[in-house]
Parts: sequence; structure tokens; C-alpha cells
Amino acid sequence: MNNSEPTTVAGASSPLLRPRVIPIESAAASVGRMANEFLEWFGNLGIFFWRVLKAGFTPPYEWRELIRQLDEVGSKSLPLVASAGAAIGVVLSMEARYTLSRFGAKSMFPVTLVYSVIQVMGPIMTGLIVSGRVGAGIGAELASMKVTEQIDAIEASAINPYRLLAATRILACILIMPLLTLAADASGLLTGWVAQTLVEPLSFHQFIESGFHGATFNAFLPPTFKTAVYGLIIGLIACFEGMRTRGGAEGVGRAATNSVVLASLFVILADVVLVKFILVFFP
Amino acid sequence: MATTSDTAMKQGNSQEESVAPIVAVKDLRKSYGDRRILNGISLSVTRGETLAMLGRSGTGKSVLLRLIIGLETPDSGSVCIYGQDIAGLALDRMGDIRKKMGFLFQHSALYDSLTVAENVAFPLEHHRRDLSRSERDDRVKELLGEVGMEGGLQKMPSEISGGMQKRVGLARALALEPEILLLDEPTAGLDPISAGEINDLILTLQRERQMASIVVTHDLHSARTIANSLALLDQGKVLIEGKFEDLQQSDIGFVKEFLQQS
Repeated sequence: MNNSEPTTVAGASSPLLRPRVIPIESAAASVGRMANEFLEWFGNLGIFFWRVLKAGFTPPYEWRELIRQLDEVGSKSLPLVASAGAAIGVVLSMEARYTLSRFGAKSMFPVTLVYSVIQVMGPIMTGLIVSGRVGAGIGAELASMKVTEQIDAIEASAINPYRLLAATRILACILIMPLLTLAADASGLLTGWVAQTLVEPLSFHQFIESGFHGATFNAFLPPTFKTAVYGLIIGLIACFEGMRTRGGAEGVGRAATNSVVLASLFVILADVVLVKFILVFFP
Repeated sequence: MATTSDTAMKQGNSQEESVAPIVAVKDLRKSYGDRRILNGISLSVTRGETLAMLGRSGTGKSVLLRLIIGLETPDSGSVCIYGQDIAGLALDRMGDIRKKMGFLFQHSALYDSLTVAENVAFPLEHHRRDLSRSERDDRVKELLGEVGMEGGLQKMPSEISGGMQKRVGLARALALEPEILLLDEPTAGLDPISAGEINDLILTLQRERQMASIVVTHDLHSARTIANSLALLDQGKVLIEGKFEDLQQSDIGFVKEFLQQS
């Protein structure tokens, strides 16, 4: 059989129900093209990261812009992250209470909630929320600057845009992510305890005491500080997508969408790797 | 003690310096995909000279300016600024050269999150860290005064007209006292009075600062007013270069047609 021969999937006379023809050869070619584009994207991301590293580690340092970005990424994300943390705390509290009751392990409630929030839900939830808020913000802002030639104007003014725009934003994301995670954790634990104590009174002191009983730094610090890697991923992808965009409003929209989708995806993938890494090196 | 021959040599050198091209473009070629934009352009500009680049839309005039300031890389050919080929220069090294250049973008490219005053102060904040806050503010007012924009310092770019944006863009381009000025369509989209004011402003700046300038324009009247020489681009090449009279006397069909239609 000739590979290039089209395969008819359905037959109908209406133009709307015209037979779908899947050219087998072109499907294979499109998979190859997609793989090629993916590798090209990765290669360009690597080159971009190298440029940012080179620019970021050489003076003059853009301290003022870094502080502005810390405020933009950190302070302005805090209410959202804390609210989401609070909601997660309530949900986990309700779910944990119900499940533990079924197995007669209600006394395990504090430790279950503490470990679930701090080791699992807090970090990944913060990563995804920041991917959405900050990733879209950085991607759209830089893309808008790119299509209106503002980034070219920065470069024409003898200012390195990788240093001023990208390095500061990426570093701000790296520095702020563990702090936002701590805020989400604290908020989740607080509302989790409130939700529990409304049903079955439990003093906060008792909750903390049994929740953190026997805990070591290794149990809580690596999951919190792994979010710095999420920050790197979010900042890097958003800056990369924003600064390489083309076209007008459509390009800006595409950059914002790509930033959110790719940053979220890579945060989840990184979580898989980092959890394994933590289990091996911080048992 | 300097001998007569030493003195003569020094005079010769200084004369050479004054006529040596500050910007020299040689056999520059640039394509986007299959579309060839520049097809072997060569030109040079000396101190105090203003060259106007004319031509139809899409003939690569703006691309040429972007190549000269290093925002794009050529496929082949060279761009030399003060004798230094800028091809392959690292961004920071290129930055040292760009400090001597001012660029007015076609659509001004003002930073939309900064006020008018902050836009003009932006290059000063980054490259003149020796200036105090008040000195910088004074310099910003002085620059905006030069371009006739004394008022509205705290307005955002979106709150001022296109002509005003061009003026602010020009003030920003002049902030670091450049020796080379690149202007992309400085009068495009402006009413005749505003265009005339911008032309007068460019002439005054040329007279006072003796910069080497390249102006891309469709406006033949503006080109005649501000430029010492004109170059007409067609199909990615310089068709003719010279004074306006040289263009008028040309027998080339496209040149005649361009002058008639302008």
C-alpha cells in the first residue's frame, strides 16, 4: 500500500460532513516537525538562559528594578496565594477528617494536615498560582514591550535588556517563591485548624504540637525551597516567551497564554523530579 | 618643540579625522526568508553631515537603520562605527558604541509605563549615575525644552499627541549627547506645522552639535530641508546619491517618477 494514499474516515455528501481525509505521510511529517520545533524551542530557551546568566552576573546590577519586581511578583501575589492556601487548608481538613475517621485514626489529623499542606499542596499550589498570575503578567508585559519596539528602544539606549528586564524578573521569582509558599502553608494550616476546631474543638497549641511532633528540618525545608526552582521555571519561560514574541495584539495574547501553559506544565514536571530528588537526598 | 612637518602632519590628521566616515556601511545585504530587503548597500556619513534616505515603502530603509545600530544582524557586508565593525560584538561592548548614538523610532517607542519626564531620564539614570537627582531633573527639563516640550512632564505617553511623542522620543535620543543621530520617519503622520517644527529642530541640533545623521523619510520636502545629501533606495540598492539638484538632473526613470510624485 502506498503510504501517501489518504485514508477516508467517513463519507457524506454534505460539505459540512465532508469525508475527513488523513494523509498518513503528512501526519508523520507533522509529528517530525513538532519534534523539531520542540527541540528548536528548547535550544532557543537554553541560549536565552545563557544570555540572561551572563548579563545577570556582570555589573551594572539593576537593584532598583529587582526591588520593583520583588514587589510586583511578591507583594501583589500574596493575597491570592494566601486565599488559595486558606481554601486548600479547609478542603484538606474536611477530607482528612472524614477519611481518618473511617479508619479510626482521628488522632493523626494534625500530622496529616501539616505534612499534606507543607510537603505537597502548599508548594505545588503556589507554583501553579504564580505561574498563572506572574507568568501571564510577565509574558504579556514583555510581549507588549517587544511589539511596540520598547525593548529595542532599551537596547538602542545602550542598556542590556536581558539584564534589565529578564534577569531581574527571574531572580525576583526565584527569591519570592519560597516566601509565598510559606505564606500559603501558614494560611492553609490556620484555616485547616479552624475548620477542624469548628467541628471538634482542638487548641491551636495542641494542633501544632502534634502536627510537628518528631518533625525535622529535612521534612519541611526541601519542599519549601524547591519552589525556588519553580520560580526559575516561571520567570525564565515567561521572559523568554515575552521577549521573543512577534506580531501585534495576537502575539501578546499568544505569549501570555504560552507563558502560563508552559510554566504550569514545567512546574508540574519539575515537581516529579524534585520530589524524587528530595526523597533520595533528604530522606 | 614641534617641527613644521609635525605640525603639517597633525593638521593633515585632524583634516582626515573630520572627513573620515563616522558611519560606514559596505555591501550590506539582508533577507527575511526568501524576501531580499537590502541587496548590497554601501554608504558613509561624516561628522556634521546629514544623509536622507528616500524610497518607497518596504525598500528596507528602516531595516538599514536597525542594522546600523545593531538591532538586526546583516546576512553579509559590514557596518563600521568609528572604524569598528559592529558584527558579532557582545551586547555590552555594543552598548559602549550605542552610547554615542541616538535613535528616534518611527512610532517613537516611548516606554508606556513611564511618564514623559521618566522616559527622557531613562538613559541618564542608567549611564549618568554621576548626576544627582536634581541635576538629572534639570537635564530632563533642558532636553524637553530643546524640543519644545516644556509642559506635561508628568503626562503618560498615551496622553500626548503623535507629534509630541516624536518630540519626546527625540529628547530621549539626545539625552546622552550622541555624536550619531538616526531618525526613522521623524515627520511621518504629523501635520505640516508640526513637521516643519521638527525639521527646524533637527536643523538647529545639527548646527549646534555637528552630529553625523541619517534620516529615513518619505517626505521629500523634509529631506531637502534637513539633509546635505540624499540617497534614493530601490529594490534593496542605492539607486542614486547626491544633492537634491543631482537627483533632479538624473535621467533614471524611477528617480524622475519619485520626484514627480513627491
